[in-house]
Amino acid sequence: MKRFFDTELEQFRSHLMLMGETAIRQVRDALKALVDVDVALADRVIAADDELDRLEMEIDDEAIRYMNLRAPVATELRLVIVGMKASHDLERVGDECTTIAKRAVRLAAEPPLKPYVDIPRMANIAIEMLREAMECFLHGDTEKALAIVRRDAEVDAINKQLYRELTSFMIERPATTTRALELMFISKSLERIADHACNIAEEMVFLAKAQDIRHREELKKS
Amino acid sequence: MVTDISSSKTTPHMETPAAPATFKVNVPSSSTKLPATTGTLIDIDNLDFYYGAKQALFDVNLKLDDKRVTAFIGPSGCGKSTLLRCLNRMNDLIDGTEVKRGSIKIRGVDIYGKNVDAIELRKRVGMVFQKSNPFPKSIYENIAYGLRIQGQNNKVRLDEIVEKSLRGAALWEEVKDRLHESGLGLSGGQQQRLCIARTIAVSPEVILMDEPCSALDPIATAKVEELIHELKKEFTIIIVTHSMQQAARCSDKTAFFYMGKLIEYDDTRTIFMNPSNPQTEAYVSGRFG
Ligand SMILES: Nc1ncnc2c1ncn2[C@@H]1O[C@H](COP(=O)(O)OP(=O)(O)O)[C@@H](O)[C@H]1O
Ligand SMILES: [Mg+2]
Repeated sequence: MKRFFDTELEQFRSHLMLMGETAIRQVRDALKALVDVDVALADRVIAADDELDRLEMEIDDEAIRYMNLRAPVATELRLVIVGMKASHDLERVGDECTTIAKRAVRLAAEPPLKPYVDIPRMANIAIEMLREAMECFLHGDTEKALAIVRRDAEVDAINKQLYRELTSFMIERPATTTRALELMFISKSLERIADHACNIAEEMVFLAKAQDIRHREELKKS
Repeated sequence: MVTDISSSKTTPHMETPAAPATFKVNVPSSSTKLPATTGTLIDIDNLDFYYGAKQALFDVNLKLDDKRVTAFIGPSGCGKSTLLRCLNRMNDLIDGTEVKRGSIKIRGVDIYGKNVDAIELRKRVGMVFQKSNPFPKSIYENIAYGLRIQGQNNKVRLDEIVEKSLRGAALWEEVKDRLHESGLGLSGGQQQRLCIARTIAVSPEVILMDEPCSALDPIATAKVEELIHELKKEFTIIIVTHSMQQAARCSDKTAFFYMGKLIEYDDTRTIFMNPSNPQTEAYVSGRFG
C-alpha cells in the first residue's frame, strides 16, 4: 500500500544520492585541479563546497521532520538514521576536498616536487570506495560494503609509504619542506576520505541488516 | 555590543590550571533491562482452532515468557482475540468452537486436558477487555465480589485485598475516599483500571488484555501502560493492541498474526527495527494491505 507521505522518503533518498554524486565529483575535481595545476578548477571546488553543506542541512531537516511526524520503524527508521550519518560523512568528504583544492592553489605557484603517481592512485581508490558505498545504498549489497571496508587498508598503506618518502625528501632537501608538507596533508585528506567511505559502507550494512559492524577488526582483514 | 570572550581582561596571568575535577556521573540502570525470565510459561503447539466449520487459527506455535509482556498485533480478524481467548478457554463459552489439533500448556500442563477445570483456569489466567465492564456495584464490591464467591468472607482480609488490588492497579489514591460509590461513576480510564484491579485481586498468574486502551484517551492510556510496566514484575501479560507504538512501548516480545497464522514472533525491538518477514515490516510501517 502506498502512503501519502511516501514521496518524502523518495525525496530523502534522492537527496542523499545527489550528495554522494556531488562529493565524488568534488574529490575528482580537487585531484584534477592538483594534477593539472588548474587553479580555476580548484577555485570552483572551493566554491562548490556550499552545495554539500546545504544538502547536509536539508537531509538533516528532512530526517528530523520524518522521525518527528511519521514515527518510522524498521527499514524506514534505519534509512533516516543512516541518511543523517552518511550525509555527515559526505559533508566531511567535501571539507577534505576544499583543503586539497586550497593546497593545489598554493602548490600551483611552485615547481612540482615529483610526478604525481601515488596521490592519484589513492584518490582513485577513494573515489571507487565512495562510489561503491553509494551503490550499496542503492542496492543494499552488503557483501560489497564489506569489500569497501577491507579496501581501506590499501589506502592506509599508500598514505604511510608517502609519509616516509616525503619525510626523507624534507630531510635531504630542506627547500622542499613546504611542498612536501602540502602533499603529506593532501595524502592524509585522501586517507580521511577513504575512512568516510568506509563509514558510509558500514552505515549501509546497518541499513540493510540492522547490524553494527563498526570497530570489528576481523571483518576488515583478508 | 559584542563581548569578546577570547581575551579575558580580568586575569592578566595564565594561572596553572587546577587538576581537572573528575566527573561524578550517575548512569541510571536502564529500565529496559529485566531480570532473566524464568522461561516459558505458556507453550502453544500446532494449534488449529475452529468456529464451527470455519478455521480461525492455523498451526500456531508460540512460547510465551514468564513475567514478560507479549504483544499480539495484526490486522482485524487475524485471530488475535481468538488466540487470547484460547489461553483461558473463554472460547468454550461460544457454541461450536473447537481446538481440533495441537495443545496449550501452562507450566507444562495441557489446559484442554480432561481434568482441568475451566473456572479454576480463568482465575489463574485473568482477562481485561476492550470495553471496561465494571459490575453495577460499588468500587469496593467490584473487587470483593469475586473474592466472596471464592469463599473469602473475612472483612479485614477483604479490605486488605481490595486496597492492595487498587494500589496494584494505580487507582487507590483516586478512589480511596469513595470506595462505596458506584464503579460506573468512574471515568473510562479509571473503570479500566478498576477492571484490572478486579482481575489481579484473585492473584492470577497471567493477565490477558484485549485492546485495553482502545476506548481510552491518551492520558488514561499512558496510565494503563505505566501500570502494565509495573504489573509485569508480578504477572505474565499478553496484550492485544492495534497501536503499534503501544506494542513497541509496552511489550518485550511481539507476535504478528495474519489470517489466522503466526507470521513472526521475536523480541519487540527486533520486530520494530529489523523484522525478518516482509509482511511484518509492511504492517509495522503502516503500509499493509
Ligand atoms: N464468535 C465467533 N463466531 C464465529 N467466528 C468468529 C467468532 N469470533 C471471531 N470469529 C472469526 O474468527 C476470525 C478471527 O477473529 P478475531 O480473533 O476476533 O480477530 P482479531 O481479534 O485479530 O480481530 C475472524 O475471521 C472472525 O470473523
Ligand atoms: Mg480482537
